[in-house]
Amino acid sequence: MEVARYWRTTGQRYQLIGEVCHNCGKKIFPPRDVCPECDKEAKTPYAFTGKGEVYSYSTIHSAPEGFEKYVPYTVALIRLEEGPLITAQLTDVEAKDVRIGMPVEMVTRVLREDGERGMLVYGYKFRPSLLGLQSADLHPVESAV
Amino acid sequence: MRDVSIIGIGQVAVGEHWDKSLRELGYLALSAAMRDAKVERIDSLFVGNMLAGELTGQEHIGAMIADFAGLRGVEAVKVEAACGSGAASLRMGYITVAGGMSDIVACVGVEKMTDRPNDTVTSALAMAADNDYEALHGLSFVSINALLMRRYMHEHGYRKEDFAPFAINAHANAVNNPYAMFHHPITSRQFAESKMIADPVSLLDSSPIADGAACVILAPTAIAREFTEKPVRIRASTIATDSVAVHDRRDPLFLEGGAISAQKAYAMAGVGPGDIDLFEVHDAFTIMSALSLEAAGFAARGKGVALAAEGQINLGGRIPITTMGGLKARGHPVGATGMYQIVEVATQLRGEAGHNQVPSAHLGMAQNIGGSGATVVTTIMEGN
Repeated sequence: MEVARYWRTTGQRYQLIGEVCHNCGKKIFPPRDVCPECDKEAKTPYAFTGKGEVYSYSTIHSAPEGFEKYVPYTVALIRLEEGPLITAQLTDVEAKDVRIGMPVEMVTRVLREDGERGMLVYGYKFRPSLLGLQSADLHPVESAV
Repeated sequence: MRDVSIIGIGQVAVGEHWDKSLRELGYLALSAAMRDAKVERIDSLFVGNMLAGELTGQEHIGAMIADFAGLRGVEAVKVEAACGSGAASLRMGYITVAGGMSDIVACVGVEKMTDRPNDTVTSALAMAADNDYEALHGLSFVSINALLMRRYMHEHGYRKEDFAPFAINAHANAVNNPYAMFHHPITSRQFAESKMIADPVSLLDSSPIADGAACVILAPTAIAREFTEKPVRIRASTIATDSVAVHDRRDPLFLEGGAISAQKAYAMAGVGPGDIDLFEVHDAFTIMSALSLEAAGFAARGKGVALAAEGQINLGGRIPITTMGGLKARGHPVGATGMYQIVEVATQLRGEAGHNQVPSAHLGMAQNIGGSGATVVTTIMEGN
């Protein structure tokens, strides 16, 4: 049980709160206190919109301890619309339907459980952008019909 | 600064050593190297290791191996840089001898992985990644390489089967290495049909979990010939770093740490990639071979896979890699791997590589990578 460890990052995991560098304007996630672009201190909180697109993805068939029961699950690098890449799981989508460039949005889900009586760790996952899905449903590609 | 040479090498065959503990493995490699160098005492011992604490419950293994080897009293510490620990320990030994602090220094890489079940080892290896922002989300180390491989295929227009030559070359070379874990060649068909682990990385893209230990003995070049007829000079030894998490890289498909450490090494040795006769690459996964070849300047961006397809990485090619089997087929006992690479380059430069001898090998290079590129150790060595 590592309550403090998870508690101190709730802002990041529940609300995608990162930082913005006042020197060069770079938006930073995960928060790291020193701007990776200009090396100046950057501690001003910044809330990301949670919108982005899939940069790369992989479906895991052989999981680390604690994730065995979720197999197979799909993980991804997401390019957030404000610039940073973020590592997260994809949810509400079949692995075969994932594409590089697919629009996605952040949702809050259970990341893992520390045993039956242990803590539930919540955090960000990404699902296909609902807007994107609706427009695809309304305008099916003719050749696919 | 003093010029430094390798005066002795030793290694244990990589494999599943049910009958040997971590300390025994370390001792076997150390004693073999000391016999090869004909030394009975050393001044310092650096032990490269990543997972002794996590997988065997034993930390403090510098003193542990020194004591077990009958070297009680000697200076001894562990060096850790994830899968780059082995060559990082060589770098520490190199600094110590070059700086004049010690004359005879042993650098051991050792890892004991097969006592624990696979999911435990998978979790332990993920500690090389960013625990809070990669591992917490269920990423295995394999899947991090899978993210890189898929993006590489997307940007540069490769298919998965284009990566097969890396694995086929490694297995072909391991056949003749008595210290390798695998001694069977593989075909492109076997590669295409191998089990998926984290799409698009399958079993035959991946190096195996294993036990192993390797060691070199260093001395000032000025006295190296008192110990051996075939000293191997260390022309360059460098370490560079990058972000631990892939998402924090400026460009995930370019190993900036690999490029920096290679450029520093070329400058230190006064050579360029065109002067290197063989390159022990960190082929933990096929994608890492491509990225390392590109970072070290042997291939342009996106051309690492094409270099393999052209056969330029084979023993007769322009830049032979994984000449004794590499991580893929010699095996990947993580903290020991970098030292196996050094021992293998030294073997080539001593002209002792048997069937796998690279003709007139004079300059050899090794690049040992910690994590997905956060620590990169480059070593350039020169034979007689």
